Amino acid sequence: MADPTPPTPPTSTTPPATDAAGGSAADGALTRSTAVALAARLRRGEVSAREVVDAHLDRIAALDGVVADGPVWAAKAAEELTADDVHAYLAVTADAARAHADDVDRRRAAGEELGPLAGVPLALKDVLTMRGAPTTCGSRMLEDWVPPYDATVTRRLRDADVVVLGKTNMDEYAMGSSTENSAYGPTRNPWDLDRVPGGSSGGSAAAVAGLLAPLAIGTDTGGSIRQPAALTGLVGAKPTYGTVSRYGLVAFASSLDQAGPFARTVEDAAQLQALIQGHDPRDSTSVREEVPDLLAHLRDGIDGLRIGVVTELQGEGYEPGIAATFEASLERFERLGATIVEVSLPHAPYGLPAYYLIAPSEASSNLARFDGVRYGLRVDAPTAEEMNAATRAAGFGPEVKRRIMIGTHALSSGYYDAYYLQASKVRTLIARDFAAAFETADVLVSPTSPSVSFGLGTKTADPIAMYLNDVATVPASLAGNPALSLPAGLAEAPDAPGTQLPVGLQLMAPLLRDDLMYRVAWAFEQDLGFDPVPTGPRAVEVAR
Amino acid sequence: MTTASILPEGWELIVGLEVHVELTTTTKMWCGCSTDFGAAPNTNVCAVCTGQPGSLPVANARAIEDATLLGLALNGGIHGRCWFHRKNYFYPDLAKNYQISQYDVPLVHDGHLDVEVEVADGAFETRRVGIERLHMEEDTARSLHVGDTGRLHGADRSLIDYNRCGIPLLEIVSHPDIRDPETAQAYLRELQAIVRAVGVSDARMEEGSMRCDANVSVRRFGEPLGTRCEIKNLNSVRSLGRAIAYEAQRQVVLLEDGVAIRQETRHWDEGKGVTETLRVKETVTDYRYFPDPDLVAVVSPAERVEEVRARLPELPAAARARLVAAGLSPAQAVTVVGGGSLTVLDDAIAAGADPSTAANRLTGEVAGQLGAEGITLEESGLTGAHLAELEGLVADGTLSTKLAKQVLASVIDGRGAHGPKQVAETEGLQQVSDEGELRAIVEQVVADNAGTVAAIRGGNDKAIGALVGQVMKATRGQADPRKTNELLRAVIHG
Repeated sequence: MADPTPPTPPTSTTPPATDAAGGSAADGALTRSTAVALAARLRRGEVSAREVVDAHLDRIAALDGVVADGPVWAAKAAEELTADDVHAYLAVTADAARAHADDVDRRRAAGEELGPLAGVPLALKDVLTMRGAPTTCGSRMLEDWVPPYDATVTRRLRDADVVVLGKTNMDEYAMGSSTENSAYGPTRNPWDLDRVPGGSSGGSAAAVAGLLAPLAIGTDTGGSIRQPAALTGLVGAKPTYGTVSRYGLVAFASSLDQAGPFARTVEDAAQLQALIQGHDPRDSTSVREEVPDLLAHLRDGIDGLRIGVVTELQGEGYEPGIAATFEASLERFERLGATIVEVSLPHAPYGLPAYYLIAPSEASSNLARFDGVRYGLRVDAPTAEEMNAATRAAGFGPEVKRRIMIGTHALSSGYYDAYYLQASKVRTLIARDFAAAFETADVLVSPTSPSVSFGLGTKTADPIAMYLNDVATVPASLAGNPALSLPAGLAEAPDAPGTQLPVGLQLMAPLLRDDLMYRVAWAFEQDLGFDPVPTGPRAVEVAR
Repeated sequence: MTTASILPEGWELIVGLEVHVELTTTTKMWCGCSTDFGAAPNTNVCAVCTGQPGSLPVANARAIEDATLLGLALNGGIHGRCWFHRKNYFYPDLAKNYQISQYDVPLVHDGHLDVEVEVADGAFETRRVGIERLHMEEDTARSLHVGDTGRLHGADRSLIDYNRCGIPLLEIVSHPDIRDPETAQAYLRELQAIVRAVGVSDARMEEGSMRCDANVSVRRFGEPLGTRCEIKNLNSVRSLGRAIAYEAQRQVVLLEDGVAIRQETRHWDEGKGVTETLRVKETVTDYRYFPDPDLVAVVSPAERVEEVRARLPELPAAARARLVAAGLSPAQAVTVVGGGSLTVLDDAIAAGADPSTAANRLTGEVAGQLGAEGITLEESGLTGAHLAELEGLVADGTLSTKLAKQVLASVIDGRGAHGPKQVAETEGLQQVSDEGELRAIVEQVVADNAGTVAAIRGGNDKAIGALVGQVMKATRGQADPRKTNELLRAVIHG
């Protein structure tokens, strides 16, 4: 690329202003629109926030499998869901969303200065607290728990007048890679409703991919934003650890958890991340350093940048369609003027085992508070100890119990040194590997996931196969570096010839250089021209 | 009660103490909730201290500074970097089912205390007790078990008050350097005095803001350490001494009978004066300590430590030495410094009072009245200036010693609103030593008691006491007794 690419409109269509006057075609246009385009139309007064919210609520009511009734719409019970229900949402805060939209419209009409995404709807992963609706974490344990406070992310979104549509489905306590570990039934992939959307933020991914929200917030511990983004054709980012407050994020693994954006374009994702990041005195691990402006140099192009291909994050274990798409992506980077360099993260192969010791160890302690004493499920029993045990036996699903047991064992005296401590050392080595790699490369790339979306139920019996989904995403999680997945194209599903499914490309950047990651992603996205609207015989219904 | 007197010949007592001190910061260790003692249950609580999902702790900078200050007062070293760990165990009063504490690297290491132990009446000996560590942690909630046993097991219902949950707590662990109950008591008293002197806690054992557990074992001299028992529920310095003495004797009796000591936690029953098994430590509890990923390292650069050190006030040992030099007895100095009346005494001395006289009043009648009323010296409103003023009134003959006591009591009754001089005036408590006034009263008494006067004149000198009493009655106790006596004799014997 000789010159920086001139700004071009996002590939997902911005409908002409004349379409704004209601009717199903216009609603379709509203739900297909990018967040940035919607925000522009809202600013110009071509459409109201209420119309935008209603268009999304209508689509959710029609396609998601909710009981569209009352102030908060509940998802249908798991056994009542059909194979055509996306089931992205666990709860839709319809009344609150409409009221917030009306308020935004009123204040805009009064001439008030509003935020860049004011009036744009969003889906919030059900692991972040929000007053007024339950925060279940996909668990029976918290089925009726209405949090007494808002997460910092939630508050920042509200302060920016982003309208929360509802809370999205997830693997229980964010433990899983397919959203099949939800106690409330699995979410389906909008590209193929018989397949998984990835996880654990599968509900948030499916909401955005299924045009049930233009934006969503997920959380990423070992890949829980990036892998579902890859499997549903979205942009999903895990910010630098510590740049987005964890206050109000129900902890899975505190040293790894980080909330981040899902969007259908790079710019949308960058806009959303910019709104939620920043120091928070309520989170001790929140960093004080500022991340460079994510948008200022978004369109600067990548001419002359060095793209590092990670030797250890390719080859065996990656589906042929994934490998081929990755090769094509590298050629695309070269065409755009970047230089491809080979870099090594020598300890990356130990990332997965280290991750599956550190994360469960922290989880075993983090989840101890769910004991039936103060909130959530309580199964009564004659003694406090028996009540604790009965509550936890009934409230947690099998994967959560598995990880609590692994973590409890890894922290036990006599095993601590061999497991938790050893894993912590590996973690330090991986962080050093990253630092060294960034001396020869500006950003690193790898496939996001070793496979495209797989069929519902095909990996649930084999935890190890499920864990392998995270092989490429955990290194950046352990090191704390920012990482993002963006669509790299479509590839054929190995188990269904002819079925084309999204493939993700992972970008990893130096600590606090989330801006660089977005800049590279934007250039790639513009050149690729990927259409994020799902297609295929079993894709979710889309008005075209 | 020394080792020699409580254990048979050849046995040695080994004691180490773990003391918990609740800091009097205005807010809790990890959140902004008030630490007020005595608030209605579950009113000083928030998402953080009740362990609501998603909430996060943020370390109270003031608490860390207070802990540093106390660590320095205990002659400890401050680790430049230390961490918070999670101590994992399930208990209903633990909101997160883990306690945030410190593990391998505490804030303070290797301190010591030199304590004054009374070895004979009025004679003191200085003994050094090593301090292994001082670390920071959080207090638990308060459980109330309703019905049946009153303990968790067997109760009908348990109520939990989370007001205390998350209050900053320090744990101070001594080395097993203590060899007799008196040293243990002196250590605890000295620690309490230091905590109060540096102002980080009111250290009230009866309110639980200072708690002490004792690890007690015995051995024959020269042998390796014996199995220890941990004694809990020691609610006063007195209990500590009694419990150690009882426990040491219990262990020796068992060992002499050839019965091995079981490592266990024992409960001190103050009423019965015995320790009883609370729980047997058959296996070591595995707390699965690991660094708390919600918190960052506590960094204490040397220059910050020195800034804190510069804020150290005069410590009790130095204060005692100063008071003894000023004329107090060692026992008096121990009482004043340990009893929290040093500031008032210093003020009194500054205002011109005699150190020993003022100390006598503070440790005598003032302490007695405060104890009877159940108030603190601070609450009494009595100041050093009051004591100096009182002394002046005695010196110039305005008040007798007896009247001075009455005036002092009235000053405290009024919570210091009025000083001794004003109290003496308004209550008419000045000594009647005006000769004219007193002579008139004496003459009247002599005239009214002809029989007694005759007896005195007849040689029964002791009967004059009855007449002194009459004069006192007539003056409501304000007559100067010496003067009254003189005048009576003058009038009677003419």
